[in-house]
Amino acid sequence: MTEVQITASIVLVLSGIFFMFVGSLGVIRMPDFYSRTHAVSTSDTLGILLVIIGLIIYEGATINSLKLILIVLFVALSNPIGTHALARAAYRRGVKPLLNGPDIKNRGDK
Amino acid sequence: MTDFFLYSTVLLTIIIAVPMVRVVKGPTVYDRLMGTNAIASKTIVLICLIGYMFDRIDMFLDITLAYAILGFIGTMAIAKFISTQSVEENT
Repeated sequence: MTEVQITASIVLVLSGIFFMFVGSLGVIRMPDFYSRTHAVSTSDTLGILLVIIGLIIYEGATINSLKLILIVLFVALSNPIGTHALARAAYRRGVKPLLNGPDIKNRGDK
Repeated sequence: MTDFFLYSTVLLTIIIAVPMVRVVKGPTVYDRLMGTNAIASKTIVLICLIGYMFDRIDMFLDITLAYAILGFIGTMAIAKFISTQSVEENT
């Protein structure tokens, strides 16, 4: 295991944890349900993929890295599909998006 | 390198606890379900990091695959279930 491998895996894992932190902040700070789904879907998926790709680089070419590649493929497919199904269920049951909030009203344009 | 995995596991545990706020105070049932979805998808990475921390990654990877599939199927089933309920119960 070389120094380049260890450095690349550390950088990828730390950047993935940063993106997951941004996604968690977006879940509790966004004003609307649909914008919160945006935070969960995009930021979390990118963070998970970066961390697991960093673990693949740390592992090398073994059978465990093949399983990690399977996890990468499954997460990249399943996480946006789950969030999309949830947003579609909310839209069909009548959850309104925040199109005309107080910030837009106070700006003065119609 | 084991210390690095230990510290990143602790940091990720703190990050996973953050969407629990949205699960507790979410206005609709969809917000709560989305918070649980965020927690479940981050737990996949947590189990991988715990496997590298204990140096038993060959055992923990199978647990990770099973957990990922179970979390996805659970999210899809609950989304299908609450989309067939009446509107007045969605609080």
